[in-house]
Amino acid sequence: MEHLVPLLVALPLAGGFLMPIVGRLTKSHRAAAALPIAIACAGLAIAISLLGRPDETIVYWLGGWSFPIGISMVVDGLSRLILIIIAAISLLALVFSMDYMKHYTSPGLYYGLFLLMLTGMNGVVVSGDLFNMFVFLEIAGIASYALVAFGTEADELEASLKYLVLGVIASTFILVGIALTYNVTGHLNWAKVAEVLGTAGGAGLSLPMYVVAALFFMGFGLKAAMVPFHAWLPDAHPSAPAPISAMLSGVLIKACGVYVLARLVFSVFGGDQTMGVILAGLGATSMVVGVLMAVGQWDFKRLLAYHSISQMGYVVLALGAAAVMRANGVSDAVVGLAIFGGLFHLANHAIFKSLLFLCSGSIEYATGTRQLKMLGGVGKRMPVTGACLRVAALSISGVPPFNGFWSKLIIILALVLAGYYTLAAITVVVSFLTLLSFAKVQRYVLGGDPSEAARGAREAPVGMCLATVVLAVLCLATALVIFPTVRARLVDPAVRVLSVRVSEDRPAAAGPAVAREGMGR
Amino acid sequence: MQGMSLIVKNMTRLVAGFIALFGIYDIIYGHVEPGGGFSGGVILAASMVLVVLAFGEEFSRRVLSVDVARVTTSLAALVFLAVGLGGYMVGKFFTNFLGRGEVGELASAGTLGISSLAVGIEVGAGLFGVFVALAMFRRTGTGTRREMEIPHG
Amino acid sequence: MMLSMAPYLFAFLLLVVGLYAIVAKRNLIKVIVGLMILDYAANLLLVLIGYRSAGAGAAPVAPILVGGPENVRALAASSVDPLPQALVLTSIVIGLSVTALVVALAIRLYEKYGTFDTERMRNLKG
Repeated sequence: MEHLVPLLVALPLAGGFLMPIVGRLTKSHRAAAALPIAIACAGLAIAISLLGRPDETIVYWLGGWSFPIGISMVVDGLSRLILIIIAAISLLALVFSMDYMKHYTSPGLYYGLFLLMLTGMNGVVVSGDLFNMFVFLEIAGIASYALVAFGTEADELEASLKYLVLGVIASTFILVGIALTYNVTGHLNWAKVAEVLGTAGGAGLSLPMYVVAALFFMGFGLKAAMVPFHAWLPDAHPSAPAPISAMLSGVLIKACGVYVLARLVFSVFGGDQTMGVILAGLGATSMVVGVLMAVGQWDFKRLLAYHSISQMGYVVLALGAAAVMRANGVSDAVVGLAIFGGLFHLANHAIFKSLLFLCSGSIEYATGTRQLKMLGGVGKRMPVTGACLRVAALSISGVPPFNGFWSKLIIILALVLAGYYTLAAITVVVSFLTLLSFAKVQRYVLGGDPSEAARGAREAPVGMCLATVVLAVLCLATALVIFPTVRARLVDPAVRVLSVRVSEDRPAAAGPAVAREGMGR
Repeated sequence: MQGMSLIVKNMTRLVAGFIALFGIYDIIYGHVEPGGGFSGGVILAASMVLVVLAFGEEFSRRVLSVDVARVTTSLAALVFLAVGLGGYMVGKFFTNFLGRGEVGELASAGTLGISSLAVGIEVGAGLFGVFVALAMFRRTGTGTRREMEIPHG
Repeated sequence: MMLSMAPYLFAFLLLVVGLYAIVAKRNLIKVIVGLMILDYAANLLLVLIGYRSAGAGAAPVAPILVGGPENVRALAASSVDPLPQALVLTSIVIGLSVTALVVALAIRLYEKYGTFDTERMRNLKG
C-alpha cells in the first residue's frame, strides 16, 4: 500500500503532461475534463485509503536509498488530513470547471495547469526533505501564476504580475533559508534537520537558525497570505476563474503556507516560544486586518478574498497560541484543544470558502457581474445556488449547527482556558464582524428585488450545481467531526503529530524518530 | 519576423549543426563530464532558435514547427515519468533497473542515461516552444478572452 | 576572517540589489531584470555554501571523478560539496520558467496598455 504514495505525485504529473496533447484533439471542455476528473478521483481514492491505519507514519524512500541521504516521501497524520482536503476540493473544482470554463478557450492548457498545480500541492505535503518541498512549491506556484492570468484581461494580467513578483520574492527567501539551513545543519531531510537542531545545544536555537526562521516566516507567510505579506491575495483571487479561486483560497494557501509553517514551528524548531508568539501575532493581525478590509468591499470575490486572509488568521493564531501554551507549561489537554481547533478550522475553511467561491462563480456565470450593488434578488431566480450560498455564509459566520461554529467555538474555548482573554475577545469580535459582512452579502445578493443583471439569470448547469451541493452537504457533515468516532480517524492523528513534546534526551519529534526507524525498509 | 541577411544565413547553415551536435554531446555525456540534461537541452534549443532567427518565421512554420515542439515536450516528460514508474519493477519508485557499468564509461549510468536524454529533449523542445510563442505572438487589438489568437491550436 | 566572508557578503549585496530593482523601478522590464538578479543571487549563495577547504591549505577541486572508481576517496576528501551544485541546477531551471512566464505576461501587458510603465497599470485598488 505504501507504493501508492508516489502515485499521488506521479499521476497528476502524467496527466498534466498529457493534457496539451488531449487539448489538440478536442475543443470541448466537457470532453477534455474526463482525464483530469479520473485522475482526481484516483487521488481521492488513494488519500482515503491512506486513512486505513491513521497513526502509522509511512516513510517511502525513493530509489532504494536510505536515511539520511535519500529522498523520502513521508505521510503522517497531518499529511493525511491535508491530502484528503486537497483531493476532495480539487475533484469538486474540476467538476465545476466542466461547465464554467465555457467562457474561456484552450481547455487543454487549463486542465494541464490545474493538474500541475495539484501535483505541486500533493508534493509539498508528502515530501520528506526541504529542497524537494521547495521544487514542488515552485511547481504549484508557477502553475497558479499562469492560472490567475488565464483570462488575459488587463485586470487579470496585472493581478497575476503582482502575485508573481511577490511569490518569487517569497520563494527566493525560502531558498536562501534552505541554503542557510544546509550550512548550519549539513542535511536537508526534515527528520534529520529536526534531530540535529533538537540535540544541538539543548538551550534553544542559535542565531543563524533564528535568521533562517525569519526567512521562512517571511516566505511561507506570504504563501499563506498573512498580514503584512497579504498584498497579492485581494487582487489575485478575484481575478482568477472561479474554480481556480476556490483552489487557491481553499487549498493552495493551506498546503503551501499554513501546513509548512505548522511543520516548521512544531516539528523542526520544536515549538519554540518566540516562534509561537510570532505566529500568534501574525495570526491575530491577519484576522483583524482581513475582516476590517472585507467589511467595506463591494466586489463579491474581493470580499471573499479578504475573508480568506481573516480566516487563515484564525488557524495560524490557534497554532501559534498552542506553541506558546506548550512552552509556558499549560496542560496538554488545552494545547491539544487549541491544535484541534486550528486544524478543524483549516478543514472547514477549505470547504466553505471553496463553496463560497464556486457560488460566486455560478452567479457570475448567470448574471455576468460580481459587484454587490448590481446583483439582487438572485436567490429567487437561482434557488439551488442561493441555498448553497446561504449555507456557506452561515458556516463562515459561525452559526450553529454548521461546521464553522464548532471550530470557532473550540478555538475561543482553548484561548479562554489558557488564560489569553484578550485574544479570545478579539476572536469573538472578528467573528461578529464576519457575520456582519456576510449578512450584507446575503441581503444584497439574495434578498431584495431582482436587479437588471439578475433578471436574465437562470439556474446554473448541472455540473456546477452538483459541485456546490456536495460542498454544502459537506459543510453540515463535517460538523459531525466533533463526535469522537469520526474525530479519532480524521483529525486526532494530526493533532498527535503536532503536539509531541520536545525533550532534551530525545530527538525533536516522534514523527521524525519513527521516520528514522523506517529506514530499514 | 523576417530572416536576416545572406551572410548570416550562410554562416548559420555552417554552424547550427555543430551547435546542435555539441548540445547532444552534452546531454549524452552528462554523467561523465559536466553538463547533463538541462544544459544540453538549452544548447540544443539555442541552435534551433538561431536557425529561426536567421531564416525567418516562414521557414519555422514549415520546418521547425511549434506544434511538433509542444508534442515533443509532453512526450519526453512522459518518458521521464515512465522511467520513474519503471523503477517499481525492481523495488521502489525511481529505482535504477539497468546495469551500472564502469565509472567513466558512456554506458555507466543505468536509468540516469535515459532520464538525461528525456530531460534534454524536453528542455530543448520546451525552450524552443517558449521562444516561438513569445516572438511570434499574434495580436488582434485589445482582445477579450475568446478573441485572443495565438499561433497554435 | 572578513576576507573569507567577502563572497557571501557580495551574494547578499546582489540580493539587496535585486530587491531594490523590483521595488524602486517603474519600468516593467527593469523589474523583470531585478527578479532575475534576485534569483541568481540566491543561486550564487547556494553554490558558495558548498565551499569546503581541502585541508593543509590546498585548494579544493571541482567534484568531477576521473580515472575510475578507485579515486573516489581522494575526490571526496578534496572536492567541494557537490550537493548544492545539484540544487542550483534545479533552481536555475525554476528561475528560467518563472522568467519565461513573467516575460509572457509583460508582452501581454504591453499589448493592453501600450507601455511598460507600471504606474499606468494600477487598475486594481482597495
